[in-house]
Formats: sequence, C-alpha cells, structure tokens
Amino acid sequence: MAVTTAQIYGWLERYAGIVAEQKKYLTGLDAAIGDGDHGINMDRGFQTVLVKLAPVRDKDAGTLLKTTGMALVGSVGGAGGPLYGTFFLRAGAALDGKAEVSDKDLVGALEAGLKGVVERGKANRNDKTMVDALAPAIERARQYVDEGAPLEEALAAAADAAEEGMKATIPLKALKGRASYLGDRSIGHQDPGATSSYLMLRALSDSLASVPQQAKTATS
Amino acid sequence: MAETAVTTRLKKLINTPETEVKDALAGMAAAHGDLIRVEYDPNVIIRKDAPKKGKVGLVSGGGSGHEPMHGGYVGLGMLDAACPGAVFTSPTPDQMARATAAVDGGAGVLHIVKNYTGDIMNFEMAAELARGEGAKVNAVITNDDVAVQDSLYTAGRRGVGVTVLLEKIVGGCAEAGADLETVTTLAKKVNANGRSMGMALTSCIVPAAGKVTFEIADDEMELGIGIHGEPGRERTKLKSADEIAEILTSTVVKDLPYKRGDEVLAFVNGMGGTPLIELYVVANAVNRYLQKEGIKPTRWLVGSYITSLEMAGCSVTLLKLDAETTKFWDAPVHTPALRWKV
Repeated sequence: MAVTTAQIYGWLERYAGIVAEQKKYLTGLDAAIGDGDHGINMDRGFQTVLVKLAPVRDKDAGTLLKTTGMALVGSVGGAGGPLYGTFFLRAGAALDGKAEVSDKDLVGALEAGLKGVVERGKANRNDKTMVDALAPAIERARQYVDEGAPLEEALAAAADAAEEGMKATIPLKALKGRASYLGDRSIGHQDPGATSSYLMLRALSDSLASVPQQAKTATS
Repeated sequence: MAETAVTTRLKKLINTPETEVKDALAGMAAAHGDLIRVEYDPNVIIRKDAPKKGKVGLVSGGGSGHEPMHGGYVGLGMLDAACPGAVFTSPTPDQMARATAAVDGGAGVLHIVKNYTGDIMNFEMAAELARGEGAKVNAVITNDDVAVQDSLYTAGRRGVGVTVLLEKIVGGCAEAGADLETVTTLAKKVNANGRSMGMALTSCIVPAAGKVTFEIADDEMELGIGIHGEPGRERTKLKSADEIAEILTSTVVKDLPYKRGDEVLAFVNGMGGTPLIELYVVANAVNRYLQKEGIKPTRWLVGSYITSLEMAGCSVTLLKLDAETTKFWDAPVHTPALRWKV
C-alpha cells in the first residue's frame, strides 16, 4: 500500500484545520504551565503552511514536508517553530523526490522527524514534552508495519499511543521548556506540545483512513 | 466582530493583535529614523549606519512585549540589530540570519540570547544558516534569574535584567574596536557576574490570547516571575516595598554571592505597569540593604527597561563591576531608550 502526495497534502491540510479549531484549547493548556501562546503560534504557522503549500502541492512528498518545515520555522517562533519545523524538514528529507511513499518510507520519515526533534530540543521521554506523545506513537507504528499490519491500522495504533502518551504527561513534572520553571507546580497539567503532537498524528491517521488508498483525492 | 469587542474590553492601545508588532515597528522607524532603520518580513531593527567595517556586530532578539528591549537598544554603543518576535514569542531564524548578514562588517557577529528554550533553538538554527553563508558567529547566553534553580531538572535559569546591562557594556567594547573573541569573553564575564530576581503585583494580557496569563488576588504577589507573564515560584500575601526589596536583593546577594567591598551596578527595573516613583521607593530599600552589607552600588539604572507588557512589579539586578565593565558602562551610548555622553 502506498501513500500518495495528495494524501500527504490532505494530512497537512486536515491538521491545519484542527489547529485552527483547537487554537484556544492549546493556548489554554499553555497558559497553565507556559506562556499561553502555543495555539496562537501553531495556528499562525499552519496558516502560513497552507499558503506556502499552494504552489507546490503537486510536487513530491519530500517537497511538501520540507515546505511545511520551512514555513513553520519562519512563522511560528517560540520552541514550537524550530521543533515542528525540524520534524517536517527531517521527515521531508527522508522522502526526497518520492511521488509515492511506501508504508515503511512513511514510518521512516516519521522516525527521522522525531530524531530531529530530540536533537533540537534535547528532551528525553518523561520530560513532559511533545516527545512523550511522538516517541511511543512512532515506535508503535514501526512495530505494526514491521509485523506486516496495514498502514491504516498502524497509524491508528500510533495515534492511540500518542493519546496515551499525551495523557501520561499530566502527572509528570516538566524538565524542559518554560513549564520546567514551575517545578512541582507543572504537575497535574497536560503538556500543550504533547497535545499538538497527538493531534498531528491523529490527523495523519484520519486523513489516510477516510480516503480510499486507490482513489484520487479531489484537488480542486 | 468578536475580536474587536474583546480588544475594546481589554482597553489596550492596539488596532488588532495581529498588527501590533508591525504597527509599533513602524512607529519606532518614524520616531527614531536618525538611529535605526526597520525591515519587514523578516522583521529586523538595524542600526542606521550598519554594517560598520571592522566592528563586531551585536545581534539580539526575543519576543515583543519587553520594550524597550531589544529594539530600543539598537544604536551607537549598544546593539547593531534586534529581532522582534511576536508578543512573548521568540523570533524566527530567518530574522536573525537577516540581521546577522546586515550587520556583519567583516569582524564577526555576536548573538546575545536569553536562556529560553525557544530563543536558544531559533538562534541556533539562525547561527547554522549564517555560518553556512560564511559568517563568523559566536553566541552568549544570559541566564541570571536566581528564581529558577539551575539544575538538570529545569531548562536552566532565565535571561532577564543582566541582558540589558550586557548589551550596553559589550556594546561599548565592540564600539571601541575589540575583536570577536574579546567581545565574547567580556559578554560571558558580564553574565557570570550578574544576578536578578523579579516579582509581580499583577499579571498581563497577551493581546492575541485576550485574557490574563495568570490570576492573582488583590492582596497577593508572585515572587520569582520571569518576563513573559509566566507564574513564578511562590505566591505570598502582599508586603511593603521595603520588605519586597529586601527579599529580592538578599536572594540576589546570597546567590553569587556578592561580598563586602564589592562594587556593583544596581538595576531596579519596572515590569511595565509600575510607575517610576515606586521604583525609586524600591531603589531606596535596595541601597539601604547594600550599604548594610558593605556592598558599594557605584552605578545605578532605575526605570522600566525589560518589561512584561502591562505587568506591575519590579526586578532587582546586581552586576559586580571591575575597571573594564565600569569603563564600558560609562562609554557613550545613543539608542532610542538609552542615551548618555553623546
């Protein structure tokens, strides 16, 4: 089963919509333990992504993801800009020139993105960051795909793992980012970065599940 | 429109949250065209006569909402460029890369970065881009906030008041023609010898968020706040200015520690919503505490120089001085927000 460029675009567009929808929610989570701008910044970033993607949406998957990364780096700011920007830049580099993406390619790209996030942010698991959602999710996707499960199933399981990881940040004490300044007062709050990462992986799963793999996605 | 209604209720002097930074930049360009020029997309405030051949370029930046930092410090004897991000959001790498290119007079560029996760990552990406273009870039990170434990369990101490003092002192040094290594070494020395702590009486409202960042009762204060409306370490009942000044100053003094006989620059900073008269009340108490400890405040800076929008409150910064740092603090400066001996 291969993923088309149109489906990759569909994922990014769907996620942009979700970020816009969840802007206040993400910002509210951030206000509790950060500086209250995560949803605002991510929304500004993904609105920019949509603009920058328009002229390249028929290009290969690598171009789509790298364009997304550059747009985020240049428009989000904060920690989210370099982290999500690096995620998409590295994922895009892993898919350079590919018009069709195999299951393993896609999981490999997600892994490359995660590696970039860890290098850029230097966060470990359980530091109460986006890594807590991304890492277990992408591991699970790899496991499913290696065992020969359909991609749709692998990504649904990954999104579930991201959701668990996101919820598991609630009792954690933040060790990275602005939330770490709060010490014990960060306990009891869900991490906004883990939340936006979960939403990103759920959007990926949903965008592939809702579109038949063989059919052409409408591109008007 | 709903947005407009919210804005009106918040009673801020803005048009829309989205246009605030650009509108303010245009205002700065209009008011200070003799000192600076402003570029948009990416947004950069650049010293009017940059690049200066053979001079080390100084670039700083950070979220907006801390005015006059950093744009107000661009000019003779201080910064060569400043990169303003969205309110309380670090600027993006393309801004710092553009600023670096614009001020590189061939002697290299020093990035002055406050220790926040986002700022560090964006400046790192910018330095990678600039070095890729052949620029020589060093970075110094300020992390003077004693309210945060510097440990493996936090992102490290935040960069606050010392950043302003460092930009002035290192700016004097760069203006005198020092090379990049000398300027970088001095910057690290200033950061190592400075400590700060802040407190808030009220929170502040990020326009795009539309509501206060944290709730605080009329009879409470927050000790150990940063400069982004992020809550501090401890919530207590409101105390007198003398008591607050003593808590802040004694915590700062004990941290370095500053010792009997030390000469210091004492910086009493307003968070944006506190009038100068109250800052002088605090300065009086800071002075009394330092005199009692035998620490000599030979230089002072009192005013709102690194702010957190309309937050009421203050911070106290001490910087241990020596002949070199004193000389460059005293050196001429001409920027929108600081000017002397010019």
